[in-house]
Amino acid sequence: MKVDQLTIREFHQGLKNKDFSALEACQFFLNKIKKEDKKINSFLHLSEELALMQAREIDEMIASGREISLLAGVPCAIKDNILVKDIKCTAGSKILKNYIAPYDATVVRKLKEQKAIILGKTNLDEFAMGSSTENSAFFPTKNPFDLERVPGGSSGGSAAAVAANFCFFALGSDTGGSIRQPASFCGVVGLKPTYGTVSRYGLIAFASSLDQIGPITKSVEDCKIVFDVIKGKDDLDSTSIKLNESNLKSEILNLKSLKIGVPKEYFIEGIDPEVDKVIRNAIQKYEEWGAEIEEVSLPHTEYALACYYIIAPSEASANLARYDGIKYGYSKISNLKSQISNLLDVYLYSRGEGFGPEVRRRIMLGTYALSAGYYEAYYLRAQKVRTLIKKDFEKAFEKVDFIFTPVSPTLPFKIGEKISDPLAMYLSDIFTISVNLAGLPALVLPCGKSNGLPIGLQIIGNYFKEEKIFQIANFFEINHQNSNE
Amino acid sequence: MLSESEVKHIAKLARLGLTEKEVKKFQKELSQILDYIEKLKEVDINNVESTSHPIRVFNVMREDEPQKREDQLREKLMALAPETKNGYLKVKSILK
Repeated sequence: MKVDQLTIREFHQGLKNKDFSALEACQFFLNKIKKEDKKINSFLHLSEELALMQAREIDEMIASGREISLLAGVPCAIKDNILVKDIKCTAGSKILKNYIAPYDATVVRKLKEQKAIILGKTNLDEFAMGSSTENSAFFPTKNPFDLERVPGGSSGGSAAAVAANFCFFALGSDTGGSIRQPASFCGVVGLKPTYGTVSRYGLIAFASSLDQIGPITKSVEDCKIVFDVIKGKDDLDSTSIKLNESNLKSEILNLKSLKIGVPKEYFIEGIDPEVDKVIRNAIQKYEEWGAEIEEVSLPHTEYALACYYIIAPSEASANLARYDGIKYGYSKISNLKSQISNLLDVYLYSRGEGFGPEVRRRIMLGTYALSAGYYEAYYLRAQKVRTLIKKDFEKAFEKVDFIFTPVSPTLPFKIGEKISDPLAMYLSDIFTISVNLAGLPALVLPCGKSNGLPIGLQIIGNYFKEEKIFQIANFFEINHQNSNE
Repeated sequence: MLSESEVKHIAKLARLGLTEKEVKKFQKELSQILDYIEKLKEVDINNVESTSHPIRVFNVMREDEPQKREDQLREKLMALAPETKNGYLKVKSILK
């Protein structure tokens, strides 16, 4: 049974034709993970009981002749910073090692309503802070294309699980590139939707003005299927947005009338020549198919990383204040042997020991940027630069329909290569963070390989233009099967 | 370059306990990152408004009425707490 090679639509058809049962498929994937994930480590824990129960329910529905939805019985994985009721949710952190989610995230509720099967929770950099999944408090995940290399991060577990055919799709979260960079490194499709399109209720908060949940899949069509299920306004997330119907219609795109912008600031010294070549080839394909390619300028690009490393840690320092060793999570409160006598000590020791080095680094950075005397010089200044970055995109989108860029300046790097140099690690997000600062949607499309390592193209669209992005990306998939260079 | 006492001050504000060795490590790393962030000073931000949110957001209002919740939710939430007493969260003394 090659059930793991199917698209979501083919799987759905197979279920309906009774080629296999939902339970058989579910067991197939669980066994595959148990056997093959030992070397990749994409999952933190499996939700086997829940998955088997869901699968039996679907088989009963099919047996009684009831209609099933497109996602019914489709095995998926959820990044372990998104809550699935009664299942452990660690955010990749020691501080939440034993935390059992008391409720479902809105995206999980929606997937369950469609009867998608949740196989388990995937590994991530602690609190989604990182670009390699090496910051997980538990273990690093490996890239299925080369086990000595990182899968990217922070949604590295989700991207690796999809690439290894352990599931049809996975959910990730993206604050500065955490869906897109691992999708690129693992040769899968990943979408960071427009800010506010997908509810963040039940997503463990990192930087609330940047965080967004999105799908990681094996094809553009699958990506659209999952996105259509998880999107929409939610009363439980005040920043979620009611979508305008006209934006949701699939207009048929005519490539000949489309303009693709290529920002000169994204093809700079320091970019791996192999990445540069593959991305330029992909852009050239679109030109051959009739699209007009135009150079655009996003002049504030070089400030995006510095801007991000004020804003994201500042928001994180506030969001992570909730881990206090009192309400839930790792705590030194009842450690009889320690010298903890007052409330302050409970905070200091629970947080000092519960958070890993990268999380503490960012909490301190944010605390510093927000502290008395530095607020204007750092936080306020960064928010103003954010406006300029956003305006760069608004200006570019007056002229072009899409912006095409590389996702990462490098190929997947070796495990351990950057972990001791935080700034070098931060620089691997240089092409993805502007999109979060501006709140735009962007999709990553596998467009080639170098020495067997995948390279993804980033397709940035205007606000709420996910439909258009799917169409232009789909065009590539249909016309250009990934070549193995 | 941040001083050691500055690092200790920030850690205290952030309620993070650090060992002496960690203070030195963070002093070096944070200084390196802050040096990079100095870049932002090159940008002319005169007459630029600040952006706190990529999409314009508004206050969301609703009636202040209790919502129907799962029956076991209270027990589930309390079960997550490290120390409780008589259905309350327990904390260490705040005053000496």
